Amino acid sequence: MSVGLPLDQIAIQTVNGIVNGMILALVASGLTLIFGIMDVVNFAHGDLVMLGGFSGATALAVTGSFWIALLVAVITIALLGAALQASTLRPLLGRDPLTTILATFGMSLVLQKYAIWQWGPSARNLTAPITGQFSLFYLQYPWYRVATAALAAAIIGGLYAFLKYGRYGIWIRATTQDRLMAQAMGIPVPVVHTVVFAIGAGMAAASGVLFGPLGGVTQTMGADFTLRAFIVVVVGGMGNLGGSILASMFISLLEAYASLVVSPAQAVIVSFVALIVTLLFRPTGLFVPTPK
Amino acid sequence: MLALRDIHAYYAKSHILHGVTIDVGPGEVVGLLGRNGVGKSTTLKTICGLVRPAQGRVEFEGRDVTGWPPHRLPALGIAYVPEDRRIFRLLTVLENLRTGLDRPGVSEARRTELLEKVYHHFPVLRERRSQAGGTLSGGEQQMLAIARAMMLEPKIILLDEPTEGLMPRMVGQIREIIRVLHAEGVAILLVEQNVPLTLEVSSRVYIMEKGVVRHQAAASELRERHDVIRQYLGV
Repeated sequence: MSVGLPLDQIAIQTVNGIVNGMILALVASGLTLIFGIMDVVNFAHGDLVMLGGFSGATALAVTGSFWIALLVAVITIALLGAALQASTLRPLLGRDPLTTILATFGMSLVLQKYAIWQWGPSARNLTAPITGQFSLFYLQYPWYRVATAALAAAIIGGLYAFLKYGRYGIWIRATTQDRLMAQAMGIPVPVVHTVVFAIGAGMAAASGVLFGPLGGVTQTMGADFTLRAFIVVVVGGMGNLGGSILASMFISLLEAYASLVVSPAQAVIVSFVALIVTLLFRPTGLFVPTPK
Repeated sequence: MLALRDIHAYYAKSHILHGVTIDVGPGEVVGLLGRNGVGKSTTLKTICGLVRPAQGRVEFEGRDVTGWPPHRLPALGIAYVPEDRRIFRLLTVLENLRTGLDRPGVSEARRTELLEKVYHHFPVLRERRSQAGGTLSGGEQQMLAIARAMMLEPKIILLDEPTEGLMPRMVGQIREIIRVLHAEGVAILLVEQNVPLTLEVSSRVYIMEKGVVRHQAAASELRERHDVIRQYLGV
């Protein structure tokens, strides 16, 4: 690229960055919520995105409606998440973090193999429910991408309102802050854990379906989502919901701008740089005040 | 109402409780005295299920609740106010109270009534109801911890060193709320280092040493027995 970056490309990459950032935020907020409340780094989180995509594709083929497929995938994967948590993670609560990491890693492998068995190795493409485009400088930009970002923002907003105002939101926040005291107050902590995992899984499934028309669904896509969400969760501060959302935007915009200069595949490097810099200098997260 | 029978408990490998037996009758205020590290707090944690006894029984109203998950005990009427208060620091004062109030079967009228009651006794909590719990002073956090327990409409409150580190004026408020709770018929098991306060508000007192109850007596009797107090508590 020659000297100076054209403004139109920067504008396009800004929109791209925001759209990708919102989908990533949908994955990362579930991951950070689960980490915050259970101290479990869920390495199967990306695979829940993948299963969401596949379930969505199947439901779309059956019902013909993208929105119904989205709903079906979210509910199915949320229930699956609840079952996985209750069967695999609940018995391990309070154990060495390595134990739960290995357990979720095992879960990830099981889910991937299941996807191959159920849906085969080939990619699925979901048809976007919105086909219109609008002019963005020299590009015809699909409305669907913008709608995806808006819907992801709405879901995250809904989660925020649920946590902030609802009875169960208070239970979740209390449990996140002090598990033992929450129990002593009569809050059914094991149920709260399962519900949070189910919410995280449902949000992951929603990202999988929304991402389907943009990048397709493959049984190996999970690892990439897990990795990116994990970077975001560390950069945003482990367990910090607002931080994760900001970090999703930050990382996605950073990658989008970087891909103006280098190829998109190389642009991923800036995410890792951000991860390492965060761990070195602000291990509690980029958007969290340094603890005194 | 509450009966501990020969409780043995461990933290990791250290044997903390060596057969504790304690009774608290309905509406009774019972003191539990002893030096630091004799197992008073562990005794309370065992009652509310946060420490699982290796041996022995915890009975509440004739029911064996040993090893019950802690979250099921408040519904029976057991509330716990821990030594370090354990306020939910990022929740507002009102949200802290709601952790005890948002139970099934509490009517809107009853909720208002319970909130008004604690706001009446602790007016500062009303003023600060929208403030994060972590921003309160130590004394205010103690009041919030007690108020939060009161939201559960308990039959017994396990109070762990409620006056520790408080200014005399705050200690007065704690004494007052213990009186109010007692008058309402709530039983209290009070762990304290403050001997005069404990002897004043309790009807009976247990004295623990090295994980067992060494002495028990009516508080009125102990008030005269300075030798016993000196022997076990060094004051």
